[in-house]
Amino acid sequence: MIEPNRDGDVWVVAEQNDGRLHDVGLELLSKGRELADTLGVRLAAVVLGEAVEQHADRLVRCGADRVFVGEHPLLSHYQTNPYAKAITALVEEHRPQIVIFGATPLGRDLAPRVASAVRCGLTADCTDLDIGSHTEASTKTTYDRLLYQIRPAFGGNIIATIVNPDRWPQMATVRDGVMRMPEESPDRRGEVVRFTPDVSDGDAVLKILEHHRAERKVNLKAARTIVAGGAGVGGKENFRLVWDLANALGAAVGASRAAVDSGWIDKDHQVGQTGTTVRPALYVALGISGAVQHRSGMSEAQKIVAVNADPDAPIFKVAHYGIVGDLNTVVPMMIDAIKKRV
Amino acid sequence: MAYNLVVLVKQVPDTQRVTGDAMRDDGTVNRSALPAIFNPEDLHALETALRLREGRGGRVTVLTMGPPQACEVLRASLERGADAAVLLTDRRAAASDTLATSYILARAVRRVAADAPVDLVLCGRQAIDGDTAQVPPQTAEKLGWPQVTYVEEVEEVGDGRVRVRRNTGEGSERVEAPLPCLLTVTDQGPEPRPASAKRTMAVKKWKSRAEIESALRAEMPDADDETRTREADARAAGLAERGRLIPHWDLDDIEADLAWCGRDGSPTKVKRIQSVVLAGTGFKKVEPTEEGVAGMIHELIEDHTIG
Repeated sequence: MIEPNRDGDVWVVAEQNDGRLHDVGLELLSKGRELADTLGVRLAAVVLGEAVEQHADRLVRCGADRVFVGEHPLLSHYQTNPYAKAITALVEEHRPQIVIFGATPLGRDLAPRVASAVRCGLTADCTDLDIGSHTEASTKTTYDRLLYQIRPAFGGNIIATIVNPDRWPQMATVRDGVMRMPEESPDRRGEVVRFTPDVSDGDAVLKILEHHRAERKVNLKAARTIVAGGAGVGGKENFRLVWDLANALGAAVGASRAAVDSGWIDKDHQVGQTGTTVRPALYVALGISGAVQHRSGMSEAQKIVAVNADPDAPIFKVAHYGIVGDLNTVVPMMIDAIKKRV
Repeated sequence: MAYNLVVLVKQVPDTQRVTGDAMRDDGTVNRSALPAIFNPEDLHALETALRLREGRGGRVTVLTMGPPQACEVLRASLERGADAAVLLTDRRAAASDTLATSYILARAVRRVAADAPVDLVLCGRQAIDGDTAQVPPQTAEKLGWPQVTYVEEVEEVGDGRVRVRRNTGEGSERVEAPLPCLLTVTDQGPEPRPASAKRTMAVKKWKSRAEIESALRAEMPDADDETRTREADARAAGLAERGRLIPHWDLDDIEADLAWCGRDGSPTKVKRIQSVVLAGTGFKKVEPTEEGVAGMIHELIEDHTIG
């Protein structure tokens, strides 16, 4: 267990794979920057791998004051134990006050292992982080400047604020796409701290037999406009309505879990809690009822247009424009109207 | 070689069906108003274990931590073919966060391993009430075992190693891990079998001591503790004789250090719970007519949302 260190830095663990930094680590630097500024401490990024120093500059440009670069041949490909051991040792040595990981499959494999080794708290899949005080009801003790770890629970039906008053560091994971990408400033300067993690063959007990990277066919995160279809589309054939409107708008195609599970469209297109979190300029929801799991992945869109036959569909509660009607007549009208204007 | 397999399962509220009735006025969820179900991904973990046993021989023990009614998921596991089931129940474990829960589960796995070494612990990737996916890796860490998460298929077990295919989020990989080890299985894992009708009839009568006690509190509200305990002893002995007693362990049975359990053992505290309030900003109802739709598209072009 580590004693709380109020002078400790804010850390972001930046994930890299095959020489590429994952977006989520950069997104976390933008939130981490805010937290560090509020606390008046430094923001540090941690990057592990075999040869990863090339990433340090970009992490600095994205907001880090320091970058811990841990290189070792046994870290060339991610596996739990050596990565967890390297980060645990670094945390114990420097005692940061906050450590944030991406809630990717890698981060969700690694962070709990580290938190368990350090015996500190960990909150998964946060959608927001903030700094504030907390009074423990049972002891009446007040703790200032704690990390508020804000996350949906119960399938997204409630939002819980979690704190970790005295068993630090305060650790959290945050999903990909939830925080904004930082603007890179080429003039930012930072310190690079190289270290050699103390890992051995005895730690790297997994044998990676085969590693296959599937390129995502769609890039929903980068799309400015998304047209998404749900159960109300009615069938695979009819899903062409979604594609037709997307073509007219130059939009990417998204889908609800119901449409993916029905086999109408590939899982890469799924928006929501188990899919991609998006924040486009325009999100058109066709026949999507708007279960909370879906809404949590798209409600940050700047404009939401919903078309649904059911006037009580929850999607209308988050929409800016709502059309109660039949997709088969409304979508062609939309396409017509778009074509007439262009 | 026969394998000793432990499956960790959880009874969860069916969070996909939270309706207005299940919300209290203060915004908290009334768990008792939601149907309790077998955590979906845990069924895939159980199925994985049952298939390994069928291929290789061995024993499948199912563990769950929860109140007495969590025995329902143990019976559901026995109905599908698990060999043994244990309920971990103790009021002192209430309010455990993931760190405390994983400590208790690791102690329980150790207790199973005291009889015969455990080769594999299988879990669902995550439970649908918390969606954290933290308990399995934290349990593995406390056991000092390797973990492989997001497993979709166990290809082979043999020579002290297990070979699996897992989802990395950006693709997939095939990994070999030494035993003993902990695996978490996703809903892409093998399709869970239905309960066998024959087993269901047999298992229906299996009960844990905790369930007998809570039934007696309802049946004999006026009896004193001593009478109820005597009756519970008699019923438990009767079930045990016929091999129908589901063992239950408390924190003492697994030699747990209470400082690591329950509220005291949990670093994280819930500061606030809010219900999700849907508030559309500037909602505009559009008529499903050519005129209505054209007007909307016009506005979206005007404000540069489209274009």
